[in-house]
Amino acid sequence: MLSTAIENPEARPPSGPVTVNAGSTAEGETTGFEPKMSARGVNFYYGPKRALKDISLDLPPRMVTAIIGPSGCGKSTFIRLLNRMNDLVPDARLEGEILLDGFDINRPACDAADLRKRVGMVFQKPNPFPKTIFENVAYGPEVNGLRDRLALEERVENSLRRAALWDEVKDRLRESALGLSGGQQQRLCIARCLAVEPEVLLFDEPCASLDPISTAKIEELILDLRRQYTIAIVTHNMQQAARVSDRTAFFLMGEIIEVGPTGRIFKAPRDRRTEDYITGRFG
Amino acid sequence: MNTTKEKLIKLLFAAAAFSSLALLAGIIIVLFREALPVFSFVSPLAFLGGESWYPTAEPPEFGVWPLIAASAWVTGIALVICVPLGVGSALYLHELAGPRQRAALKPVIEVLASIPSIIYGFFGMTVMAPFMQEAFGLPIGLCALTAGVILGVMATPTVASIAEDALGYVPRSFREASFALGANRWETLVKVIVPAAGSGISTAVILGMSRAIGETMTVLMVAGGAAVVPSSVFDPVRPMTAAIAAEMGEAAVGGEHYHALFAIALALFLVTFVFNIAAELISRRYRLKLGLAR
Repeated sequence: MLSTAIENPEARPPSGPVTVNAGSTAEGETTGFEPKMSARGVNFYYGPKRALKDISLDLPPRMVTAIIGPSGCGKSTFIRLLNRMNDLVPDARLEGEILLDGFDINRPACDAADLRKRVGMVFQKPNPFPKTIFENVAYGPEVNGLRDRLALEERVENSLRRAALWDEVKDRLRESALGLSGGQQQRLCIARCLAVEPEVLLFDEPCASLDPISTAKIEELILDLRRQYTIAIVTHNMQQAARVSDRTAFFLMGEIIEVGPTGRIFKAPRDRRTEDYITGRFG
Repeated sequence: MNTTKEKLIKLLFAAAAFSSLALLAGIIIVLFREALPVFSFVSPLAFLGGESWYPTAEPPEFGVWPLIAASAWVTGIALVICVPLGVGSALYLHELAGPRQRAALKPVIEVLASIPSIIYGFFGMTVMAPFMQEAFGLPIGLCALTAGVILGVMATPTVASIAEDALGYVPRSFREASFALGANRWETLVKVIVPAAGSGISTAVILGMSRAIGETMTVLMVAGGAAVVPSSVFDPVRPMTAAIAAEMGEAAVGGEHYHALFAIALALFLVTFVFNIAAELISRRYRLKLGLAR
């Protein structure tokens, strides 16, 4: 069942030493894939405050997993654990395991910088560097050791094309990235992320500060990127989750209430609280 | 009733706010009025470029080049000291020090800024100068190098604190973006944070320079006082501020020497004015560049 479900045999993740609960989520719902990333029994504390309670969630490969929930439910905290961005938070503590291809990303031998090359992140507010468009995209490959000018130019062009921005910026690569519109800046940030050639893309409310047209472009882009990357997107916009994701997890007060195929979650939620949230009774 | 009172209060505060403008205008007017007569007895070129400053000789000579050169040397040496020290401490405080270290170090740096300059001068005369004399085998320890080093130490807190503010203005999101792309702390610092704070750091350096060039008491005490164009850092020198402070008391009001000293003051004023305007322009452009509101 596993092998037939994967369209491209190369895509099969290498099996790691940790036995993962292949093909099923914490809820026992079958995804048909060995997860690209998975959280196992994750608790996360900011000082004494427990922000995440016993989270287990799989990110199936080449699928978009949406994480929805009201403000302060821990969805951003969770996604930031997947590339160890919370390492920067003082007094924070993690329990449980987060696996990438079956390996614990928090094991001592795992370097955070190396992990972040494989697990890229796009933030809530577009955050291009105050550099040129070219330099922004070239930054990641450069710090990762790509020095050859031609290769770098090619990488920048490809990344901008993949982020559907090339045609808009190809004549102004040497201009400041801050001259771009908000939506363009966010696509630039996506291009910058793609330039590092990650395997997983994390989107932390990528459209929170964008207008509807820019939002539509980003969503279109996510649907396109899904064919090549494993994607997780945090959003408080339920329509967005419905439009772009294959699977949806509903977070509430640091816990996962329900997770499953997006269509099922929205049409037939099993938990009363999920239903209340998606029908707009709270949040 | 009430509105009259309000108007009065508004007027009072407006007067307070505009008084600095009036004072600035007054200072500029007096400076120009007292400085310009100098050109009735010495040409601008001979004044600025002349290498002999003998204001009390007969006939007097008013070439201020030795004083300008002294100020430039001393300020240059001060920069060599205060830029690495100041920017280095700002980077350390902002990027590397833990919260506890920062809480301890920051006030110490600020105290350094609040020490009266006479104490620096005193320290320079009694500790630094004998040390220099010993270390370099000089006939006298009061020289451009001693003055420059002390001025550098004095300007360090200015540079450190403004540079640290500049680093603080760099949005956290730049740092996060850099880390998320697999850059380490060092790469993030060198390639993102420092360039982003670059013009803010230049502002810090310019203001530090402005602080050094205008400092009087210290240079009066430790620079050596010789109005000769310096040929080495070990020469005793007489910077512009020291010349004014030392000679104003003995210059007859309205005399040639008096006007010449005012002309030096005017030159000094213009230099620091330009420095400060430049610093302001750079920091404005910088905040604009970072997308911060002015």
